[in-house]
Amino acid sequence: MPFDPDSLAQRFRRLAPAADYCSLRAVEERSDSVSVRQDTAEPVRSSIDHGAMVTVIDGDGMGYAATSDLSDEGLRWAIARAAEWARLARGRSVFAGEAPRLPRPHGRYASPVVRPMEWSKADRIDVLMRESQACRLSDRIVDWQASLWTISSRQMLITADGPADDAALQEFQYTIPSLHVVAHAEGVTQTRSWGGRYNGYCQQGGLEVVERSGFVGSGRVTAEEALQLLAAPNCPGGRMDVVLMPDQMMLQIHESIGHPLELDRILGDERNYAGTSFVTMDMFGTFQYGSPLLNVTYDPTRGNEFASFAFDDEGTSAQRTFLIRDGLLLRPLGGTSSLQRARRTAPTLSGVATTRACAWNRPPIDRMSNLNVEPGASSLDEMIAATELGVLMKTNRSWSIDDSRNKFQFGCEWGRMIRGGQLAEVVRDPNYRGVSRDFWRSLAMVGTPETVEVMGTPYCGKGEPNQAVRVGHASPACRFSGVDVFGAEQ
Amino acid sequence: MKELFFTLADHACAGLEGNEVLLLNFSGEVTDFVRFNHGQVRQPMTVRQAQLGLTLIDGMRRNEITLSLAGTPLQDRGTVAAAVQSLRADLAQLPEDPYLLYSTEATRSERIDAGALPSAASAIEDVVEAARGTDLVGLLSSGPIMRGFASSVGARHWHAVDAFLLDWSLYHSGDKAVKCAWSGSTWDRAELDRRIGEARQQLAHLATPPRTLEPGEYRAYLAPAALDELLWMLNWGGVSEKAQRTKQSCIQKLVEGHTAFSPLVGIAEDIADGLAPAFDEAGFTKPARVDLVLDGRHHGSMVSPRTGAEYGIASNGAGEDEGMAAMAVGAGALRDEDVLEALGTGLYVGNLHYLNFSDRAGGRVTGMTRFATFWVEGGRIAAPVNVMRWDDTLYRMLGDSLEALTDRPQWILDNRTYGQRSVQTSRVPGALLGKMAFTL
Repeated sequence: MPFDPDSLAQRFRRLAPAADYCSLRAVEERSDSVSVRQDTAEPVRSSIDHGAMVTVIDGDGMGYAATSDLSDEGLRWAIARAAEWARLARGRSVFAGEAPRLPRPHGRYASPVVRPMEWSKADRIDVLMRESQACRLSDRIVDWQASLWTISSRQMLITADGPADDAALQEFQYTIPSLHVVAHAEGVTQTRSWGGRYNGYCQQGGLEVVERSGFVGSGRVTAEEALQLLAAPNCPGGRMDVVLMPDQMMLQIHESIGHPLELDRILGDERNYAGTSFVTMDMFGTFQYGSPLLNVTYDPTRGNEFASFAFDDEGTSAQRTFLIRDGLLLRPLGGTSSLQRARRTAPTLSGVATTRACAWNRPPIDRMSNLNVEPGASSLDEMIAATELGVLMKTNRSWSIDDSRNKFQFGCEWGRMIRGGQLAEVVRDPNYRGVSRDFWRSLAMVGTPETVEVMGTPYCGKGEPNQAVRVGHASPACRFSGVDVFGAEQ
Repeated sequence: MKELFFTLADHACAGLEGNEVLLLNFSGEVTDFVRFNHGQVRQPMTVRQAQLGLTLIDGMRRNEITLSLAGTPLQDRGTVAAAVQSLRADLAQLPEDPYLLYSTEATRSERIDAGALPSAASAIEDVVEAARGTDLVGLLSSGPIMRGFASSVGARHWHAVDAFLLDWSLYHSGDKAVKCAWSGSTWDRAELDRRIGEARQQLAHLATPPRTLEPGEYRAYLAPAALDELLWMLNWGGVSEKAQRTKQSCIQKLVEGHTAFSPLVGIAEDIADGLAPAFDEAGFTKPARVDLVLDGRHHGSMVSPRTGAEYGIASNGAGEDEGMAAMAVGAGALRDEDVLEALGTGLYVGNLHYLNFSDRAGGRVTGMTRFATFWVEGGRIAAPVNVMRWDDTLYRMLGDSLEALTDRPQWILDNRTYGQRSVQTSRVPGALLGKMAFTL
């Protein structure tokens, strides 16, 4: 790894100027991605990325500079540049005369790894090749690919005025297996994925993530389901109940709870790009976001979930917190500096430690980290039995929502009709649409802990400049009543 | 950066063993980003970054790594040498790649577009001053963007453009805003004032109480930025040769000749008109133009070297994702000044938001209206419209429903900055549709 934390911290503290606040966040990341497509190994891709961002506060001005040159010369440049930006922003800043008061973090975090990922590239190709070969069930299978992506990441956050050993050091191990199969016949194309087409099965940990995921053996099952979908009728349209499995719930949580609760959206920062929010400052503590069955936590402490950590990238220490309890909206996803701005109009507002950057070259902003729906009391069988007419939907395929996070339309890969409380035929291309608050208020049953799966995404995008961060979503299966459902074009 | 890159390339290539071949891809930028909200500064920064992609090839085996560079030859020479050694150590355990294809020609090219970009002080002062009294939110990105390719067979390509993009919105209230973008290579305070002044005037249209429409079909005009959003959906596997061969393209029916767009529609990759480099990551020189849709019918696809090798066809400069880097859509005959009259009564859609496929195989796309979208009656703007969800097929919107395209396509620089600033561009007209399906 390219930097030694102790040496870098010493050099930074020696070079840092006297300022209201000055910090260094250094990140190094090793990524290895191996894929097998149609039984042929794709080029093996690795990357080693490292660099650091300096933050300087001068009055109410805040400036940043990032470089991958971690020599004294590189640090000097970044410190001087960040200081210049802070000076230029002073008096013209959204902080309006009140400098952000950021913490001086101290502590460590390491991903819980049971079995370190020690597979060589050749070992990885062997495992993927077996799953790939198992996909070749029929000439109607026209494309398929199995992948394994691992990431080791280490980051250090220090302030210039902290004692010599004062630092937040965090080490992360991520493991992300995935597989998808495309089937085609007579003008119909269907894709079925294991874990979601966009790496929904992603967790912190090592080899044990692959082992407990069920990835081994997923090739044949996924190919069979792709062929089933190819032969299945189009999903019917109409108002009916839906039972959403965790690999669709994660998307529903992400788009219609996570993003609208981001405090920087509510403060307007994202209005030019990702959008604003239907949630306003006065709703916290009073707004019934969903039915009384809805309980949502921000939980950075959950073992293997993708976005677990001890500190956010402003240095605030992270703890499990309810954002929505019994359906009532309690607090936003907002970190220290956003909260300070928000408290000008909402003095009693509380937040959570979730201001994060995607890499060394971007500044931290409010993100959703691990955002989970807490389990309830209904078994999957009970949810199905309670459904007179509905569709059980699995695995997100399509997502779209307006810039205030109200009007959404989502699609899944796999559907199964429920008629008279019984599972019936498989249907393809199930879609549904609705409005966030109405939808969550239609939450009729929440699955037991046995139905929970821990999912996530490596690609949650927002921010200017753009940032794609890792977020986690654990959820049980849930049943919603009276939803507008529809199928494909034909 | 050019000297650094070529020095590193020379040094790395000199250390190769036996029949090894090395491909080097460089990507760098020094960018000032200034983020604004409520007409004030939210986050100002400079990012200095450089990445080097190394592909070591021996026979039909290949191994790849991408590295961060410090930007100084002394540090980076050692980093690159160690990386090549590491690639070599792993190479023997990797299988042969039957689809390996790279340029074996010692081609050379250079494009350097120098500009006059704003200093840090003017980046903040000019925008804050020009926006005084408005609710401006957005991002200024400014600085040089560099790409390079070198290989041990002697190829040397360098591409450096100075560019800025001020991408901003002026908000009236709630979610009602005028969306604007100004890109170029020469910062001009007077031009900035003019553009923000123009946006201030447009805000007046948003003062009228908004209208909420019932779901249904309406006549609609998609301004260039809106049509641009729609057409980039084609880049999500639509024009990819591999996607078409594996039946995953969103325009598969067009590709297979089962249907056609309106004869008005022509879509091409026009590298000469864009900011993207004219060489690909395997060292091939890109053709100046690749026609993809001609007179409404499928004409070609984007073919990467890997896909070319897999299917035994010629590649045409496409990257791994086989998308367009410089989309050009042919002009029509409708004059910009006649748009409202031609629309008559219907929706003027300034921007679209968050598009996705509701049925990829059927070419059906959903999304939202966003920013300045107006209800037009009798050729005059009547009121802003609250956001509407639409869900319609590319075949209808670019086919039977398409009545006209405007005569002066707009050049648009992609505003995405994931990891690095995008150099994707497009030249797109506005589109008048006889009907468009709105659902929520």
